[in-house]
Amino acid sequence: MKLVIGIVRPEQANDVLESLYNSDVNGFSVSRVQGHGGELDRVETYRGTTVKMGLSEKVRFEIAVSDAFVDPAIEALCEGARTGEVGDGKIFVVPLERVVRIRTGETDDSAVTPVGA
Amino acid sequence: MIDTGDTAWMLVSTALVLLMTVGLGLFYAGLVRSKNTLNTFMMCIAAIAVATVTWALVGYSLAFSEGSWFIGGLDYALLNGVMFDPIDNPFFVDADGAQTIPHLVFFAFQATFCIITVALVSGAVVERMRFGAFLLFAALWSVLVYSVLAHWGFGGGWLVAGGTLDFAGGIAVEMASGFSALAAALVVGARKDYGRQAILPHNAVYVLLGAGLLWFGWFGFNGGSGFGINNLGVLAFANTLLTPACTLLMWFLLDHLRGRRITAIGAATAIIVGCVGITPAGGFISPIWAMVLGFGVAIPCWAVVAFRPRTRVDETLDVLAAHGIAGFTGILFIGFFAQAEWNGLADGLVFGNPEQLLDQVLAVATVPVYAFVVTYLLLRLIGFLMPLRASSQEEGQGMDVIYHGEEAYATGEGAILVRPDTPIEEVLAGTKR
Repeated sequence: MKLVIGIVRPEQANDVLESLYNSDVNGFSVSRVQGHGGELDRVETYRGTTVKMGLSEKVRFEIAVSDAFVDPAIEALCEGARTGEVGDGKIFVVPLERVVRIRTGETDDSAVTPVGA
Repeated sequence: MIDTGDTAWMLVSTALVLLMTVGLGLFYAGLVRSKNTLNTFMMCIAAIAVATVTWALVGYSLAFSEGSWFIGGLDYALLNGVMFDPIDNPFFVDADGAQTIPHLVFFAFQATFCIITVALVSGAVVERMRFGAFLLFAALWSVLVYSVLAHWGFGGGWLVAGGTLDFAGGIAVEMASGFSALAAALVVGARKDYGRQAILPHNAVYVLLGAGLLWFGWFGFNGGSGFGINNLGVLAFANTLLTPACTLLMWFLLDHLRGRRITAIGAATAIIVGCVGITPAGGFISPIWAMVLGFGVAIPCWAVVAFRPRTRVDETLDVLAAHGIAGFTGILFIGFFAQAEWNGLADGLVFGNPEQLLDQVLAVATVPVYAFVVTYLLLRLIGFLMPLRASSQEEGQGMDVIYHGEEAYATGEGAILVRPDTPIEEVLAGTKR
């Protein structure tokens, strides 16, 4: 089991959702985050105050998957999130020690397998 | 003869109508995604800037000075002769009772109409049109489309001279903006996500508050279109309350029949549709018929709002449905239900004067065509000179950051202050553009 974390552009989030569904990956959490990853700063001016915006809005997907779904999840994230410009985001894959489905008490692989699959 | 009471009311009405454009900005801003809030609002603010100047330079003269059947002359260009006495165009002097307000007040009142009409058209192209291209479009459109149609409908042109009744702008404001919006949406093209992803309004409270401000301002728009304190203006004022209330009820019913729910954004739309419906008819129909109009006008507009998303035409904020179709309905309604007992001018078909209907049909047959064709050609021409729309990456980022360098909901997190004495080259080094 792995936790696949994808950090993507907000405007690509809907495309990522679509490609995840198409790859039958349908359990994940999404949160709005701010980050900085080597892309160029934006300059904004509010009356006399000029600022460089060092942080960009991003959307973070957290996807817990059984080993067979690691590659499909990564491919779906790349397919949905890639524009080719700096700032498309990153994917981190980390090992998962234990997963529990709260409702049934199921653990590990059966807990990350969608109901009815 | 100047009447002080009339003049006082027209000064207030002018300010009320100007507030409508800001209300429209809020209404439109709530309907778009948060990354386009400021750009959408700014298109309305830009309309105030651009249309006021073009109106003072030539637009007012082309609409309201003596000219041909098609367009006015240049007598009032650069506000020449627009002073403290009432307007001296023979068309107005010879009409039943010359005006009783200073020419300058009449000019300012009419300017606010031109402004909001330009702002209305922006609803068709928000979230992707380049801001610079919009400024140029707004300037040219205010003269080539608005001034011409204002001459037809108000200023002595062939429709008003031929007997077509239009109280406050079903021709020049509502049909002009609605059918121009359709043309603009076709030329500029759909947003990249349109029809592919759900694009939702980001703040329904703005939408309701904007609609409320529009309704409030509309009492000056319609109530001021009698150009003083008189029966026509008072009738229009009361009808501006009655019609939208009925439209709201009808819209509730239609929403409920379709989705078993009564929606807030539907209600905001209904307020606009009702106000637009009564705009041409305000001073010409009885309060009871104004209520009937309110119920009736909801139906075609609701149908167009429901049908439009099934097409590929991204007429984004439904200017055609809310203004074009509602204005069209209002103009036609006069032909049936105008009542000389109330307006002192003419009866409609139902009260024994079929010719009035013919006069109204002339307007709905010609004005939409003129507005559509001229807007279409104008945008094609501007499209030769400069790109009309942002790139798809820019569209993804949102117009606010791209064209204004600001965000509507900036948190300040991660913002690094640039000291005021830093040279601009240093600020821009290592940044986007």
